[in-house]
Amino acid sequence: MNSTEKHKREPLLHIVKRDSIVWWKSWLIRILAVAVALIVCAFITVLLTGENPISVYATMIDGAFGTKRRIWSLFQNLAMLLCISLAVTPAFKMKFWNIGAEGQVLIGGLATASCMILFGELLPSVVLMPLIIVASIVAGAIWAVIPAFFRARWNTNETLFTLMMNYIAIQLVSFFSYIWSVPKGSGQIGVINSATEMGWLPSIGGHDYLLNILIVGALTIFMYVYLRYSKQGYEISVVGESENTARYIGIDVKKVIIRTMLISGAICGVAGLLLVSGTDHTITRDTAAGRGFTAIMVSWLAKFDPIYMVLTSFLIVFLQKGATEITTIFGFNSSFSDIITGIIIFFIIGSEFFINYTIKIHIPEKGGRA
Amino acid sequence: MRKFIALTMALVMIFCLVFAGCENTETTTSANTEATTDAATEATTGATEGEQTAADIKIGFIFLHDENSTYDKNFIDAANAVKENLGLTDDQVIFKTNVPENSECYEAAADLADRGCNIVFADSFGHEPFMAQAAEEFPDVEFCHATGTTAHTAGLDNFHNAFASIYEGRYLAGIAAGMKLNEMIENGEFTAEEAKIGYVGAYTYAEVISGYTSFFLGARSVCPTATMEVQFTGSWYDETAEKEAANTLISRGCKLISQHADSMGAPTACETAGVPNVSYNGSTIAACPNTFIVSSRIDWTPYFEYIITCVQNGEEIAADWCGNIDTGSVVLTEVNEQAAAEGTAEAIEETTGKLASGELHVFDTSTFTVGGETLDSYMADVDTDADYTPDTEVIMDGYFHESEMRSAPYFDLRIDGITTLNEMY
Repeated sequence: MNSTEKHKREPLLHIVKRDSIVWWKSWLIRILAVAVALIVCAFITVLLTGENPISVYATMIDGAFGTKRRIWSLFQNLAMLLCISLAVTPAFKMKFWNIGAEGQVLIGGLATASCMILFGELLPSVVLMPLIIVASIVAGAIWAVIPAFFRARWNTNETLFTLMMNYIAIQLVSFFSYIWSVPKGSGQIGVINSATEMGWLPSIGGHDYLLNILIVGALTIFMYVYLRYSKQGYEISVVGESENTARYIGIDVKKVIIRTMLISGAICGVAGLLLVSGTDHTITRDTAAGRGFTAIMVSWLAKFDPIYMVLTSFLIVFLQKGATEITTIFGFNSSFSDIITGIIIFFIIGSEFFINYTIKIHIPEKGGRA
Repeated sequence: MRKFIALTMALVMIFCLVFAGCENTETTTSANTEATTDAATEATTGATEGEQTAADIKIGFIFLHDENSTYDKNFIDAANAVKENLGLTDDQVIFKTNVPENSECYEAAADLADRGCNIVFADSFGHEPFMAQAAEEFPDVEFCHATGTTAHTAGLDNFHNAFASIYEGRYLAGIAAGMKLNEMIENGEFTAEEAKIGYVGAYTYAEVISGYTSFFLGARSVCPTATMEVQFTGSWYDETAEKEAANTLISRGCKLISQHADSMGAPTACETAGVPNVSYNGSTIAACPNTFIVSSRIDWTPYFEYIITCVQNGEEIAADWCGNIDTGSVVLTEVNEQAAAEGTAEAIEETTGKLASGELHVFDTSTFTVGGETLDSYMADVDTDADYTPDTEVIMDGYFHESEMRSAPYFDLRIDGITTLNEMY
């Protein structure tokens, strides 16, 4: 990269941090990144399938929007991913690296499943439903507040702590899957209360996923307002920017950490509730399906803004659905969809570099080169 | 401004959703009427025009994992074989891999039905309730499910279970194991009393218990001093846990390992330790050339051909289908001469004939005891319910009638000679 001319030490390319960027420029860079990513994906797909890229994209769109069922499924998946992303966002904004959403969701789901199994036949619906809701939220909150407490009290590393809590949650789910398995010993709980539908969230107008989507929609608005306009949301930002500043202006940092993680975990609990009581009506180790980790990406890509997160989670779910369709139609191993998603995410994250930095090309003043 | 754009885009998406929602109700009703008229036409013309040609068949497969799991690979291979045998085109056979055992399975099954499949097949036990859910919604599509237990009592015409008398295959594989033990005893590698087999099982579930017991009875039929230890992993697919379990068994002095779990964990642990391995689901000779003896597996090709032929001919698919040696569903792979004892292939062939003819029964009550006593009666839990109620007498004519009352195994006796090391699963 260095200029060959010895007397000029300046390199040909400079990387300079941008002071600011006009909003349309940053969006232009993002759109360009997606465009380039799509071209690279098309190139790879064409190499592997011999199909023309237009039909590959058509297949992706068909996979996401092809039938009413797929559209519902797309929005259901979007809602669940968005819900967990909303949950991790306040923690991340506070620079508390909560990578334990997977476990918090599972524990919320496990609490839901436990209530459905243990009290499904004992309690009337009016008592059971509130119990399930409270139990899942409390379970998620407890799972999140344990690492928060340790961090606030003894300054433990929250990344490791929350990560390890995931494995405990997964093992607990495994354990109870065995205890409650039907038939005995199979390790599968199966659909809970399939005959009575006790503890199932109701479907609205015959649409099983509509309630989930509406709840997450409401949560999105709540989180937007909370982070942007509430005093607590402001405290989160300050603690995130600098704990010392926060302390200096009289914010109780420990309290903020614990309170924020309580909210984070509670929303994860809600996600667990929606997955178990609203969608699957069972629980397995895969109930959260890695969303706890994908949500981190969704949140980061959206710069912790709940409204943008609707878009970023839509993008990721769309890619997953589209790529899965490609694998089904062209008979690939499903790793192919991971490859496609990976490429696109790589470019999008890469584009952030060009939004924050600019590349200055140094043109030698003397000499004939233009 | 940025906020504005983001908000607009979000709003557009919400509108899309509402739009989708409204339209969906319309299409559901119209689809329902269509389905009713279809059914009506079929009912009237069914007698004369019940038959369909191979070109009308469209079959969708739902797999829990992909080829990396020996369990799913076995199904995928069979699906490809049937595709070739019947000359089906790429458009007529749709695979969906890595479908988890939750509502995703229902989504996948319904999507396959939407695509025009007349048969949808799912391969994993946990898929069952979601397949049944789809079966209720699409009465004109046949939903077939491997290893399940509820179809024979579910009362749905288009929901079916299937399995095979794999305990017979395991008994045969057990003979190969027993002969290998005998060979090692003769070579002076250990004494007859030390002939201990290790078995890696998933759960203390009837399917696993039936599997290891038949395997053990096969081995003991040729090596009378054989004993067995079983280590459970608590998962159907956990490579690390299976490897660890195999290593534990080897360190406890097991001379030969077999497994009932779906990863390559146990076979590779055996290859590393140089301990002979009798596999399941398919040959592992490529990865384990020195230790792989033989593998029993269910060949699903006959079942796939059966359901496709049924749909073609407009015949009913059995609610609960059980393959056996005769149908070609229970098979053994090629014996690996390098690891197996001499004469293994011949011995297996001879016993296969006896099992097929009914001369020999795997669970002959004179060959095993439970708590020191020979059984003459046992009530098994055949009609699945949550509380595990034994409901059917399964010991008659001197043997335990496995997979006869229901295709999925229900043999769950703990026989003498087998020690389970960790019953927590």
